[in-house]
Amino acid sequence: MSGRDLRTPIIPERDKDKTPVLECVGLGIDFGGLTAVDDFNMTIGRTEIAGLIGPNGAGKTTVFNLLTKVYKPTRGEILLEGKNTANMNTIQVNKAGIARTFQNIRLFKELTVLDNVLIGLHNEMKYDLLSAVTRLPWYWKEEKIARRRALELLSIFCMEDLAEQKAGSLPYGAQRRLEIVRALATNPSLLLLDEPAAGMNPSETGELMENIRKIRDTFKIAVLLIEHDMSLVMGICEGIVVLNYGKIIAKGDPNEVRNDPVVIEAYLGKKGDIPC
Amino acid sequence: MKKNYKQIPMPVRYAINILLLIVFLVVVNGLIESKTISFSDSKIIMLIGINIILAVSLNIGTGYLGQLPLGHAGFMAVGAYASAILMRNIGASWLTIPIGMIFGGLVAALFGLIIGIPALRLKGDYLAIITLGFGEIIRVVLLNIDDVLGFKLTYGAASLKNIPKTTTFLNTFVVVIITCFVIHTMMKSRHGRAILSIRENEIAAESCGIKTTYYKTLGFVVSAFFAGVAGSLYAGYLGILSPGSFGFMKSIEILVMVVLGGMGSMIGSVASATVLTALPEMLRTFASYRIVAYSLLLIIVMIFKPSGLMGTYDFSLSHLLEKLLNSKRSIGKKSEKGGR
Ligand SMILES: Nc1ncnc2c1ncn2[C@@H]1O[C@H](COP(=O)(O)OP(=O)(O)O)[C@@H](O)[C@H]1O
Ligand SMILES: [Mg+2]
Repeated sequence: MSGRDLRTPIIPERDKDKTPVLECVGLGIDFGGLTAVDDFNMTIGRTEIAGLIGPNGAGKTTVFNLLTKVYKPTRGEILLEGKNTANMNTIQVNKAGIARTFQNIRLFKELTVLDNVLIGLHNEMKYDLLSAVTRLPWYWKEEKIARRRALELLSIFCMEDLAEQKAGSLPYGAQRRLEIVRALATNPSLLLLDEPAAGMNPSETGELMENIRKIRDTFKIAVLLIEHDMSLVMGICEGIVVLNYGKIIAKGDPNEVRNDPVVIEAYLGKKGDIPC
Repeated sequence: MKKNYKQIPMPVRYAINILLLIVFLVVVNGLIESKTISFSDSKIIMLIGINIILAVSLNIGTGYLGQLPLGHAGFMAVGAYASAILMRNIGASWLTIPIGMIFGGLVAALFGLIIGIPALRLKGDYLAIITLGFGEIIRVVLLNIDDVLGFKLTYGAASLKNIPKTTTFLNTFVVVIITCFVIHTMMKSRHGRAILSIRENEIAAESCGIKTTYYKTLGFVVSAFFAGVAGSLYAGYLGILSPGSFGFMKSIEILVMVVLGGMGSMIGSVASATVLTALPEMLRTFASYRIVAYSLLLIIVMIFKPSGLMGTYDFSLSHLLEKLLNSKRSIGKKSEKGGR
């Protein structure tokens, strides 16, 4: 490990005066006898783009599931903007500011692209059931605003024209992008992306990279992404954490991590394969 | 093409729909009052209305929530008996049926809440089993509660008689329209979308901040409410209730209507409730084979069109009109081009 203080964000100087958006302290989970994640410490600054990498089965997705409380941590603490999330469930964690995408895409497949985003905007709307059923003026007003907002969010990926299509009928890459839009709709302060470039060709990946940066800059949010595509990770991540067998083996900026002998060993190891 | 797409403004849509519905109500009511539609046929039409409410409300549970409730007749029974007992006591007036219906609906909704909260926490087939058990328990309780506790409330197998016969074609179909409207508007709101998101992917719904337990319960309670309303209409329609009419087979009958019409499609539920009520009534001799026919129909639909006859298609008159309007325009354009 590259001897960094655990409580300071890895890179962005501009966030120095604020509490980090996320701090994990000694986070861990056991599945029966298997320790999937252990002693996971990580701090992410307010507008940092951070990467979580490691070989298959290292426990990366499990970290996301811990952060979003899909799994309950066995050990450790998660602080979101300084607030302990110990007593929160998945829904409350989302309201507190974490939104995510899934490695194995989980869209609302039978619904339209627009509806997928509108569901992300659910808590941004406030009208109650009775006003909806009686179609009171503020129902129309909020729906109109939400619709406009949804189209605006879709326009990040130039997807407005797909609004009325069924989400399940989109090509794979577009489905991944829609998941990002839906997550953004919930107005997060931290966006978790689980292998966003999986199944994309190099040009799509390049575009995605630009868009992730654009999202960070326009929404002023932090992004933590899991990715196997090293060009993307090294290209946009300001801080990187490397996981192997559930433990952090290295931490630092892209250059530090790339040249860390432990990382090279874990990745290239005996076989000398390119990172999977 | 998108920019040129002509849309009918919202107030006009409402006006068209309301006008058509009023015409429908007035015409059919006139036909019934002038005896052009026979008394027995008008009875069938009322039964169709009641079954439409049952099917459309069950569709919330099966089609929209993606669960498998098997006790819809139980909620209908609760609503029917609750309102019947009330209506017997307040006597017949123009207020009897609305008060009876709201009361029946609320009592059924309360039962929906009591059953729904524990049942919906469980995943998978448990909901089916619990609601199935609930339906049977209701039937048995209605049958025996007077004997056991010495009430004179449901009169068990001897039937609850002398219920004011307040159900008419007009009030039935006004309620049908209100039910369809309420469920439709609910589903087109953030609350309805939350319900759909649970069917589509519960984990994703939660990670979007949707309170899944709340919305499952809400869907279930609304579904039970309208089943209770349908029960109230049924009580005022027959004037006599016995627990036997609310058995497991009644629940299955409603479920078949929903599945056949296409889960999640309101127009599908309306159409199949209409056909499946009218057909056996018209072919009386065939009626005793109804269950066999239902099962066969269900199997055939499951094999050839598992999404039901209508799938998740929902009919909208305004959309149809818009399509017609715009297709005419584009045909015009095409011929222009052809001429060049
Ligand atoms: N629910 C679970 N039950 C048991 N083992 C699990 C569970 N979820 C993940 N694991 C195990 O945790 C380890 C890490 O998995 P995962 O986080 O998916 O890896 P990756 O780094 O490829 O995303 C794997 O060995 C996996 O089998
Ligand atoms: Mg993974």
